[in-house]
Amino acid sequence: MVMTGNYASAYGAKLSRAEVIAAYPITPQTSIVEKLAEFVSSGELRAKFIPVESEHSAMAACVAAQTAGARTYTATSSHGLTLMHEVLMWASGARLPIVITNVSRAMAPPWSVWVDHMDSIAQRDTGWLQFFCQSDQEVLDTIIMAYKACESRSVMLPAMVIEDAFILSHTSEPVDVPDQELVDSFLPAYAPELKIEVGKAMGFGSLVKPDQYMEFRYKAMQGMEDARERILSVEKEFKHIFGREHGGLLERYRCDDAEVVLVAAGSVASTAKDVVDAMRAKGVRVGLARIRAFRPFPHQELRALGSKVDGLAVLDRSYTFGAAGAMFTEVKASMYSLQRKPAVKNYIAGLGGRDITPRTLEKILEDMLVVSKRGAEDEVEWVDVAGLPRRWR
Amino acid sequence: MTKGHKELPLTPVSDTPSTINLTGLWRVVRPVVDLSKCKKCTLCWKFCPDAAIELAEGEPHIDLQYCKGCGICSFECPAKCIVMVKEVGR
Amino acid sequence: MTKTTIPYEEFAYPGSTGCPGCGANLVMRYLLKALGERTILSIPACCWAVMPGYWPSHCLKVPLLYTAFEATGAAISGLRAALDVKGVEDVTVVGFAGDGGTVDIGLQAMSGAAERRTDVIYVMYDNEAYMNTGIQRSGSTPWGAWTTTTPVGTNHGFKHESKKDIMSIMQAHGIPYAATVSVAHPEDFVKKAAKAKSIKGFRFIHAMSPCPPGWRMNPMHTVEVARLAVDTHMFPLYEIEHGKVRITRKGKGLPVSEYLKAQGRFSHLTAPEVSAIQKAVDESWKLLLAKEASGT
Repeated sequence: MVMTGNYASAYGAKLSRAEVIAAYPITPQTSIVEKLAEFVSSGELRAKFIPVESEHSAMAACVAAQTAGARTYTATSSHGLTLMHEVLMWASGARLPIVITNVSRAMAPPWSVWVDHMDSIAQRDTGWLQFFCQSDQEVLDTIIMAYKACESRSVMLPAMVIEDAFILSHTSEPVDVPDQELVDSFLPAYAPELKIEVGKAMGFGSLVKPDQYMEFRYKAMQGMEDARERILSVEKEFKHIFGREHGGLLERYRCDDAEVVLVAAGSVASTAKDVVDAMRAKGVRVGLARIRAFRPFPHQELRALGSKVDGLAVLDRSYTFGAAGAMFTEVKASMYSLQRKPAVKNYIAGLGGRDITPRTLEKILEDMLVVSKRGAEDEVEWVDVAGLPRRWR
Repeated sequence: MTKGHKELPLTPVSDTPSTINLTGLWRVVRPVVDLSKCKKCTLCWKFCPDAAIELAEGEPHIDLQYCKGCGICSFECPAKCIVMVKEVGR
Repeated sequence: MTKTTIPYEEFAYPGSTGCPGCGANLVMRYLLKALGERTILSIPACCWAVMPGYWPSHCLKVPLLYTAFEATGAAISGLRAALDVKGVEDVTVVGFAGDGGTVDIGLQAMSGAAERRTDVIYVMYDNEAYMNTGIQRSGSTPWGAWTTTTPVGTNHGFKHESKKDIMSIMQAHGIPYAATVSVAHPEDFVKKAAKAKSIKGFRFIHAMSPCPPGWRMNPMHTVEVARLAVDTHMFPLYEIEHGKVRITRKGKGLPVSEYLKAQGRFSHLTAPEVSAIQKAVDESWKLLLAKEASGT
């Protein structure tokens, strides 16, 4: 089928047999929940659709329903996600494998409905697995895989599947929609060890004293660490059944023998692959490392890559004011233990939906080739900002 | 006793009756019941916030392990058969 | 055995960590006596979020889902949806929140749940301020009351805004049942909660819940003060069934000063201020009588 990223999300949730969907509309997420409401009202999906009055309530309703043993799903974007922030923490603390789609969009002010990753990155400490997708197909597949990985006994944490606003959400691509029976064989019904139910007088999420609080946090940390292996094994199984894979925690594209590698996340990666191909054709040894899982962060995979290259150009589609791009600080921290460290430079680009063109990516890689030999003047550089020297076009 | 992380559930689920909390230790005044005056109206039982009064043949038996000494039973008793006395020597 | 006027079976254990004389303990006790074992509760941040005790203590014989302060309406929506989709029947889903968690921070989620006609009971236990955090004013604090954020003896003094009329707000949602209940009248309380249980749709119970530390009173007076609230028409007992108002207890019509003087939080009020409260209470009572007479 040819469909948008948003429909791919809706089909992903439907194929995963989400049982309770609580959602609130926000641009550009709306067509996900419209489609799901359609599936539910036509009977194609046996689920309860709760048209809640806010995103905070969407997540709170998902948390409650999931505690009662239902598989839940919601979708949101930017301000909706940040309004959910409190309850995102609740979901992970309560160890509920909820899956959501976040259509990643810039934060206001200034108002912008277009892509950047500020909303998603701002949730990095909430205890959620975070997957940045590159294609509509990956969105659909990742939702199904996320449920399976997250519902593992050893993980039991929620996951956020991130699709870039408009670039994926509203762009149609050919998407293979797998058979329901195949998905059912891959993803069994949600059956938690413990759920809230009548006859069991239990309090879920009660007050814990300082002498015991850290142990619960330690367990959540273990869940996230175990997710690394689980993401890989689930994807392996997925590939076996469906014949597709998307790169685990870190997708490496033409990184062997590369001098300089672009590190990026989201839809820009598909543009970057073309740029890498074009530069390789001219004999320039460049590659792309796509951060697919931002949480858990692929430290080891990046270290293995970093030990073999001269430079890493880290592209952030968001900015942590007073520091640098969040991906950059993580990547750089990963390199610290290496004997032979590559040069690492941060490129801030594509905020608020500004296009990141092939030409810009080529310029970034060319800059990084120079930086990896001579060092950088500025470790963090804002790319293509009007009023600054026009050297990125 | 602090439990090791391996002994804990994934998330804090409370399943132990609150009778582990001996709230009677909070008490500064204690109800003393003169059953000979009791009219078995059961008002004391009805108004006890802590469900710390049980009825036997309509007569109240206050569980001092849990009674916090609020004095509602004493105040509400129409027969005035419950008096609050100071806790001493605890 | 002497027959009690309300069900004997308890769904609360002793050992709750509520304050001595806590009205909210009584509210929960009576509520569960009426609703029984097939009940699932959700409680947001409020006194009752800590009253079951530190983990692993649980003072109720029914399951309980803690939720975020503003999220009760959403949590009970989620619970109901999950039970429905799983085909679990005959379960009463209850949101149980304080006044701040209902009329202030939780109003939006509750309004949403009511508008969606969610099949749940929402109970607001009203101690008329943020008591768990230490007696700060809420939208449900009455005019004239002292709280730590409406300190007496400054330029502004006590609270100069009147209490939100949550019953009218809920009536305006067109819900099938709403009722006020008092811990001084357990029979009326249990009867209304049982009636709420028998009705389908969004049901609302407004329970007055005296707070000895917050109202600056002796804990032994909890029930007495609740009784005075009904008898002075400060807190009339009534129900609204499918839009029809019915007063369930007329009360003695005592002067409000009887109610006010029993509590330290009103002790600063002057005679004209007490008269002003009396006038407002008389007007509200007249309005309620008129509503009952007109059937709306």
